[in-house]
Amino acid sequence: MVPRMIGIIRNLRLWFAPQHLGEEGDTPDYRFSLANERTFLAWLRTALALVGGGFAVDQFLPGLRWGWRVGLACALLAVGAVCALRAVDRWVRCERAMRRGEDLPPTRFPALLGLVVALVALVMVVVVVLGPAG
Amino acid sequence: MIGGTGEPPAAPGRDPGLQAERTRLAWRRTTLSAAVVAVLAVRTALREAPSSGAMAVGAACCALWLAFTALAHARVREIQDASARGSRIRSLALPVAAAVSLCTVATAACGMWLAV
Repeated sequence: MVPRMIGIIRNLRLWFAPQHLGEEGDTPDYRFSLANERTFLAWLRTALALVGGGFAVDQFLPGLRWGWRVGLACALLAVGAVCALRAVDRWVRCERAMRRGEDLPPTRFPALLGLVVALVALVMVVVVVLGPAG
Repeated sequence: MIGGTGEPPAAPGRDPGLQAERTRLAWRRTTLSAAVVAVLAVRTALREAPSSGAMAVGAACCALWLAFTALAHARVREIQDASARGSRIRSLALPVAAAVSLCTVATAACGMWLAV
């Protein structure tokens, strides 16, 4: 946990002083950088889809009780925001690993995101099926 | 190991993987996703008897989408120009990556405000 926190703080420094990224290691083949960029964009689209899902719950399920509707919408919006921030963090870490010629950093995030999305989907199915009774 | 496959670097003007084009299209797709979110945000903001606060948040979502699209378009142009000249495509700048991500986060925050 502690090394992870230190890692996040280090990355935050990199966020605000990006010139340090260019000082590390060698510039990788541009094709690898572009692939990393596309991965970042794919994660960003995932984040946008989650944010859009949050708006959709708020818009298209007006029959739900206020608490459930707002809870589900905010959960999806929050997961979307986390996903967008994580996309940049991951992109920076991969870019730095490529510059240093290291392996790409391992990540638990896809598994966690999968679980969270499955949970939200399950709750949504239950809430929608139970409908007004829920 | 990066670049350790032994293949020579792609000659200028020849890009067998169409990396530049794929990256440009990825940016376009992402802008489209952002547009869908912006439309949903405006729809939410303008539902029954919108308050002036809700309208301001809806307008903010449009502004965020415009900022997102402007950043994406600048990057698309950068990639296009570099590949047309046959020069090396510079990797994405961190402030640009952070800015598009923060646009998404801000849109999510607007959504929370509108939902509550």
